[in-house]
Amino acid sequence: MNTAEPRLQLRLRPPANQVSRKAIGWWALQAVIEWAVLVGVLVAARLLFDWTGGWPTTLLVLVIVFAIAHSAVMPFWRYRVHRWETTEQAVYVQSGWFWLDARVAPVSRVQTVDMKRGPLQQWLGLATVVVTTASAAGPLEIAGLDHDVATRLVDELTVVAEAAQGDAT
Amino acid sequence: MSQHPTDFAGLPAAPPLEEPDTEWHRLNPRVMIADPLNEIASVFGVLVLILVVRGRFELELWETAIALGISGVLVGYAMVRWLTTRYRVTAKHVELHSGWLVKKHRQVARDRLRTVDLTASVPHRLVGLAVVRLGTGRQDAGTEDELTLNAITKAQAENLRLTLLRREVSPQPAETPEAPSQKDSPGTLLSKMDPKWLRFAPLTLFGVVAVGTLLGGAAAIARQIKVDLFHIGPVQAVVDWFTTMPLLTTIPVIVAGGLVISTIAGVAVYVILYWNYELNREEHGSLLVRYGLLEVRSVSIEQKRMRGAKVEEPLLLRTGKGAKCSAVATGLGTGAGSGMLLPQAPRAEAHRVAAEALQLTESPTTAALTRHPRAALLRRLFRATVPLVALAAVLGGLRIYLSFPDWPWIVALCLLPFSLLLGIDRYRNLGHAHSQDHLVSRSGSLIRQTVALHRHGIIGWKITRSIFQRRVGLVTLHATTGASTGRAETETGAYSVEDIGEADALRLAETALPGLLTPFLERVPPLNADGKG
Repeated sequence: MNTAEPRLQLRLRPPANQVSRKAIGWWALQAVIEWAVLVGVLVAARLLFDWTGGWPTTLLVLVIVFAIAHSAVMPFWRYRVHRWETTEQAVYVQSGWFWLDARVAPVSRVQTVDMKRGPLQQWLGLATVVVTTASAAGPLEIAGLDHDVATRLVDELTVVAEAAQGDAT
Repeated sequence: MSQHPTDFAGLPAAPPLEEPDTEWHRLNPRVMIADPLNEIASVFGVLVLILVVRGRFELELWETAIALGISGVLVGYAMVRWLTTRYRVTAKHVELHSGWLVKKHRQVARDRLRTVDLTASVPHRLVGLAVVRLGTGRQDAGTEDELTLNAITKAQAENLRLTLLRREVSPQPAETPEAPSQKDSPGTLLSKMDPKWLRFAPLTLFGVVAVGTLLGGAAAIARQIKVDLFHIGPVQAVVDWFTTMPLLTTIPVIVAGGLVISTIAGVAVYVILYWNYELNREEHGSLLVRYGLLEVRSVSIEQKRMRGAKVEEPLLLRTGKGAKCSAVATGLGTGAGSGMLLPQAPRAEAHRVAAEALQLTESPTTAALTRHPRAALLRRLFRATVPLVALAAVLGGLRIYLSFPDWPWIVALCLLPFSLLLGIDRYRNLGHAHSQDHLVSRSGSLIRQTVALHRHGIIGWKITRSIFQRRVGLVTLHATTGASTGRAETETGAYSVEDIGEADALRLAETALPGLLTPFLERVPPLNADGKG
């Protein structure tokens, strides 16, 4: 079909805003902690149960290499991908890794807007905003926002969502 | 269906948005009979089976003791449950008190009730009771928001159903004597069981499942009571016959026997599940589905909760031009099949029922669909070949290095043509459209399903792009929704259009919910001239 006059194609652009730069540090810390636990278990097995030899050593080295690569690359990659934008009508969030996941929810269909902060996020002054709709497909999450940006966003969305009528199903 | 106008006959159910009836009610005392009946019957059934298999009237003491003990406990439990359960329906709420050691109080606001589902199993029917399940349909709450009255009389249940669903009716348009009209003529008949539909029963897996379950159950019991199944007279004779006859005779006999048995079992299961099926539109607008030979089920779905319809055609059923139809609605119960509108029936009937349920003259599920780009076909062919070839390679490797037999890798390769055919069929079935305010999407081959979702039922978009999809300009568009067919396995909260071209997806989304995506769109020169051929 000859769709557009100047042969232009419709495309979904990424959301306008990035999350806080501090989120890079947050994700890196998270990754390091999780990998450290696994490496710790392997090392403990090595020391306590004498689990040594060719295979365990290879495994340990592989895990360490992968852990370093993951902790170094993932936070920056995620920072590039995780974006968000809100308008009067909609919340637009992008996330993902191999599967790029773009979610758009009309503000009128928003049921609750929550903010959650784990210990690391509190320490770094970050927050995650969770926007739920009536769908079982799960909430929209914007992870790693600056705390004050998150607070403002929650306030804005709550006001609009409350103004919307009905039970949003 | 209620034979006697019981204690509720004098109570006005329809008029001035019902009197608040704040009395606490008990369940019907007959639940003390109905509750344990099923289990006790199966306990004694097992005893009888043991006697039959043993061929002599002789039970061991512990067998009798266990049977009686179980029965006693069940009866006691049922009594406690009856004694401790109370419910009431006030102007605003339905409340349920239950529990003895752990007390539970549940309260559901009446204006949040979406579906009222009546089930009467065989024991319940014997004593004239029905179980009422009230659903509020908050998907996130799961079964927490469901309220079950197990059980009250059929008449009470019918009345309750009407009371709870009637609220939607605008100040009654001069509805005259409500009692007779609401009893046996529940609105307009949209569809009912036609004995000709039984021809679809062999095209389901009912028969296979039923035979498998029976055999499995028999084997389990045999193992429990230490009877060697293979050495019972008739079984022994059959086994002997098979082991002595040549394969050329036994294989056709097995195939034919299997077909005959599964056909008979399939028809039997279909009759038991769906006999007396009826779909009605009630006076106050709700859809009412009733079915079941032994266990009678009746589900009402408020029309304003309807968000669409789904027509399903599993491969076998499709070869016989059959289909089944479900409602896509918010607030359906979590029980299996609570959204069912039509069991296995002619495809035309399925589409007609979908149209009736959506109050349209022609069902959107029959709309002409737009095909998906060629790249989607390649993806399907890729998925059809690569895993099988990889499997064959592994099996071939095992053959070479670990002296596996030859047949596994040969079988794997022989499956390839079928897998490819399936892949091609999967592509041919892919399609989407926007028709009569419904987003229509079709996909699948083993189970082909066509979903029509009303645009008001769409509460957001999710657009996923895998690395491979991005390379060929495809996306998967999920319309997230609070509606579902009420079956646990489909409860993903979204209906998707798989492997649609990105631009097509965005145009489709814009047609369904104009303006929502507009600020997030841009026009770019096409990367590859995939539209051109």
